[in-house]
Amino acid sequence: MKLRNLFTKLVAATAVATLIAAGLTGCASTNGNQNGVAQSFRTVDEIKESGKIIIGVFSDKAPFGYVDENGKYQGYDVYFAERIAKDLGVDVEYVSTDPASRVEYAATGKVDIILANFTVTEERAQQVDFALPYMKVKLGIVSPDSALITDVEQLKGKQLIVVKGTTAETYFEKNYPEITLQKYDEYADAYNALLDGRGDAFSTDNTEVLAWAIKNPGFTVGIDALGNADTIAPAVQKGNTTLLNWLNEEIENLGKENFFHADYEATLAEVYGDAANPDNLVVEGGKVE
Amino acid sequence: MQGSGIEVLFLGRNFLRLLEGLWVTLRISLIAVLLSVPLGILFGMFMTIKNPITKAISRVYLECIRIMPQLVLLFIAYFGVTRAFGWNLSADISAVIVFTLWGTAEMGDLVRGALISIPKHQYDSAYALGMNKIQAFGYVVVPQTMRRLIPLTINLTTRMIKTTSLVVLIGITEVLKVGKQIIDANRFDYPTAALWVYGAIFLLYFLACWPISMLAKRLEKQWR
Repeated sequence: MKLRNLFTKLVAATAVATLIAAGLTGCASTNGNQNGVAQSFRTVDEIKESGKIIIGVFSDKAPFGYVDENGKYQGYDVYFAERIAKDLGVDVEYVSTDPASRVEYAATGKVDIILANFTVTEERAQQVDFALPYMKVKLGIVSPDSALITDVEQLKGKQLIVVKGTTAETYFEKNYPEITLQKYDEYADAYNALLDGRGDAFSTDNTEVLAWAIKNPGFTVGIDALGNADTIAPAVQKGNTTLLNWLNEEIENLGKENFFHADYEATLAEVYGDAANPDNLVVEGGKVE
Repeated sequence: MQGSGIEVLFLGRNFLRLLEGLWVTLRISLIAVLLSVPLGILFGMFMTIKNPITKAISRVYLECIRIMPQLVLLFIAYFGVTRAFGWNLSADISAVIVFTLWGTAEMGDLVRGALISIPKHQYDSAYALGMNKIQAFGYVVVPQTMRRLIPLTINLTTRMIKTTSLVVLIGITEVLKVGKQIIDANRFDYPTAALWVYGAIFLLYFLACWPISMLAKRLEKQWR
């Protein structure tokens, strides 16, 4: 009987499905402390014992973290991650993160360390613990060679392009209220506005404009270090002091051998060429002057 | 040096990586579909029970899942559960759970719709032939419902395959993310790569979804 078969199959399929679902949820392991706050981080000893460290990096933000054509992770952050794994004597497993999920990854201890161009801010510091910085970002201003802006004073009475929600927007609103801002939602729109002359200059993180100016002849970054330096640092789950202390020590020691300048040479130099001064981007030994 | 964008697809392991990404997409969505179709059919039947309590339960479940964006559900299953209970679900399992919950809700509503679309005289005729409730359901109502459900289920399946692209946000590298990685890694040397990579992804999605539509067509003919 065809119909009966169908019905029996349906019931059987449901039973199997339920079993699988039950099996899947059963895989969950409980690992919480007495306060009721879930702490799932691994100490340095636990990482060494497991023989593997899990590091969250970007996989599509060249030249900081990206995947090459052979499926291997590369970039400034990855170069540092490889060194961390080597000094711990363990293998490294990369987890691909996105800007929106970086905080969660570190806060829940799903990764041991986040090394994804993670700018230190007060809000984030309430959720994760930041180690010493290994890079710094200031604002940069890119403008056409024909009317190059080399001093902020030149911007008075001109149109400055910014992207909404960036540090550039807040910086100019606060410090130079007399400069007219043209605001865009996306980077692509902002660059187009600069290309077709709707605005006189564009300001955002210096790393971003420097890389862009090299690809776009006729445009130069006239100001490459403006405002207060935002620092970029590794982050771990809150309370993971052993790993945090280990990282801080590691960064201090690496400073002695100028490790991050070597990292810059290996990963960023080809992108920025002569347009950037490594001392404006790299932080050695965790010390920002 | 700037080259033609199409070369990017065949650099190193790039094309293989796209295929691996497609497999990740298909694996998650097909497991979720296989779980949510039978569960959804049961849920749909549950929804047609005329009882205020079961009605309220199914209503709450359906609305909760339908109103919340899948992205939020993914974050809750992956990060929220770890935060609240310390259960460390892997990304794959979180994705399967979320898409199964979602699929069950959607499928359940489709089944409910199909069930109540069977005219009352079909039940009456079955009872007139001396069938009891279960027999009427199994021999008369379910077979007719099945045929009505095929196109809707296929729709849901292909929608699920496409929606799984959200899983990148919990760290699963599926086909779209691989594409973005390839575009980004080559943005200095091959600025036009985006067009070719997205074109290839379009083709891969099509190749994944097309056989499913063909299968549905065959089933529809067979169960006529």
